[in-house]
Amino acid sequence: MPSAAAADHPMIRLERLTKRYPGQDAAAVDELTLDVPRGEIVCLVGPSGCGKTTTMKLINRLIEPTSGRIYLDGEDVTEADPDQLRRTIGYAIQQTGLFPHRTVAENIATVPRLLGWDKARTTARVEELLDLVGLDPDTYRGRYPKQLSGGQQQRIGVARALAGDPAVMLMDEPFGAIDPLTREALQNEFLRIQSEIKKTIVFVTHDIDEAVKMGDRIAIFAGDGRVVQYDTPEKVLSEPVDDFVADFIGSGAFVKRLTLTRIGDIDPAADWPVVTASDDAEARLSVLAAAESGFAVVLDAERRPTGWLAASLNRGDDRLLGTGLPLLGPAGPDHTLFDALNGMLANSTDVAVVVDDDGRYRGTLTLAAIQTLIHAAPARTGAAGPGGGTAGRTPSEREVR
Amino acid sequence: MALVAPLPETAPSAADTTAASRAGRWLRYAGTPAALLLVLGALALYVGGQDLDRIEERSLNAEYLLSRFTQHLALTAVVVVLILAVAIPLGVLLTRPGARRYAGGVLAVANVGQATPTLGLIVLFAVAFVSWGVHTIAVVAILVYGILPVLRNTMVGLDQVDRAVIESARGMGLTRRQVLWAVELPLAVPVMLAGIRTALVITVGTVALATFIGAGGLGDVISNGIASYRDLVLLSGSVLVAVLALAVDWVAGIVEDVLRPRGV
Ligand SMILES: Nc1ncnc2c1ncn2[C@@H]1O[C@H](COP(=O)(O)OP(=O)(O)OP(=O)(O)O)[C@@H](O)[C@H]1O
Ligand SMILES: [Mg+2]
Repeated sequence: MPSAAAADHPMIRLERLTKRYPGQDAAAVDELTLDVPRGEIVCLVGPSGCGKTTTMKLINRLIEPTSGRIYLDGEDVTEADPDQLRRTIGYAIQQTGLFPHRTVAENIATVPRLLGWDKARTTARVEELLDLVGLDPDTYRGRYPKQLSGGQQQRIGVARALAGDPAVMLMDEPFGAIDPLTREALQNEFLRIQSEIKKTIVFVTHDIDEAVKMGDRIAIFAGDGRVVQYDTPEKVLSEPVDDFVADFIGSGAFVKRLTLTRIGDIDPAADWPVVTASDDAEARLSVLAAAESGFAVVLDAERRPTGWLAASLNRGDDRLLGTGLPLLGPAGPDHTLFDALNGMLANSTDVAVVVDDDGRYRGTLTLAAIQTLIHAAPARTGAAGPGGGTAGRTPSEREVR
Repeated sequence: MALVAPLPETAPSAADTTAASRAGRWLRYAGTPAALLLVLGALALYVGGQDLDRIEERSLNAEYLLSRFTQHLALTAVVVVLILAVAIPLGVLLTRPGARRYAGGVLAVANVGQATPTLGLIVLFAVAFVSWGVHTIAVVAILVYGILPVLRNTMVGLDQVDRAVIESARGMGLTRRQVLWAVELPLAVPVMLAGIRTALVITVGTVALATFIGAGGLGDVISNGIASYRDLVLLSGSVLVAVLALAVDWVAGIVEDVLRPRGV
């Protein structure tokens, strides 16, 4: 239901929403008021039993509120027909809830069928979604859920939730109960998908790191069904409102903030002069002599870094020629400061070469620069793209002695 | 630069019916009828080789046996259809949120039905409801006996369906009715079929008791044998009932395999 005045109202508005389960004194969700802006991921995070799942199920009315109102795209849906409502809201849960007796294609086609799409449109949508979540349609469409790995099942769960092209998605720990590596891959993939589809997403997790990574905003629930802080990840990490939030973030708030800044969003230093592949040893030595930093980068014809040089190299040293000293892998725009630092630590160096999307040289990033950046006011531009990495392929370069 | 590590492809292979298991299945399918035919053939040879007296001949002739056999099957069919018609809807009803609290009570009653000796039940009904006629009485008494396995397995089958599957179905906008027909019942089918198979076999066996109130069936052959002290007749009747029960179980087993949803 696209609306004319899209900017006027949040996509989801919860107003003094309360849920009191029968026979319980304390409310599971207590007078919750929350606006979810269009196209953003809002993470509900908090300790077990704090009411995250309840809040999410109140939105699609799997649980009926005791009091309060729910607005979707400006429309009061507190009393709307729940079955019709749910067909317009994507729903993915940790246990996936895939139908074991239906194939992958049939599972994904659930909501399109309920919405009465014709066969051709449904089939096309299934193919499109399998592609989107990175599973080859020809291989997977005819499989049954039990013939998939856990990670593949969760991808299908997400694809199924997206099938009816809902504007709003509810996801309850969709990447839980899975090994950390697969989990990280799924998170990155989902962020990539989200940057294309721009859904409004309520994302439940009990993991603050996942919330920081996935959320445009984070709502932190205390144990009593109340939201104690609702802010951007940067704000939550740098200015926790109280001890509860500070405790919940736990130690390492600064390290966590490293994951929030992408290399593409910073200005790298330009203190390393460049030489090109065609320069001879003499030219290279004179560039090095003039370099304040004592280092230079070797670029190929496309301005992509191929290696580096140090002023300490002797005249006549073979390493002075050709591509220079080996470079372990530059930091691209989608890497985070965390990746860059991790690479530096892994390779015992204090500097990384920064490149753009096409691998062209942009400058360098030093350990000291990271320190400065992390203490500066947090700045986050644009939606997050894929990031994260493993030590072996981390951008950085090794010091030779 | 691709930072995302490729996921390990650990999915099990799609082929779940290997040649070996298929061969095993055919052996299982063909084995039972072969054995049963063997038993029937041996019985026919043995009976044919005996000098039958007039009393034995009255029971052991094709026409008589066929009529009792037909009666037996007809009674069984009526009883089983009625069992399904009562027990499945009842089982569905008792697993719905509103009626769940009655489930315990109903199961207790069904348990009493099964715990009571069938013969006692048949005779009791025959005395209490003389006006019903023998066939109705036999059907009702045997039905009470066979309801429990179907009712219980329907409830168990529906209850064991993964809550997350039902919840995600509701979360996508399937109505309660759609969830029941498209998700719960198909996923309960294997357990329900096991109960139905049990009920079938029980019923074939208990229908043999219908003879005691004159409702016919293969039980007649057995009781003729007992009444006239003709062991050959008694033996033939018993073997026929046993063979029929095993044959019905065999058919039910195949139906079970065919109706089990794929992917489960
Ligand atoms: N169906 C229910 N009936 C009664 N109480 C419930 C029900 N569902 C949840 N609760 C209670 O409401 C509170 C909030 O539960 P909820 O499932 O929303 O927590 P959660 O934040 O999702 O926790 P977790 O991280 O463990 O999933 C808990 O105290 C729980 O015991
Ligand atoms: Mg939960």
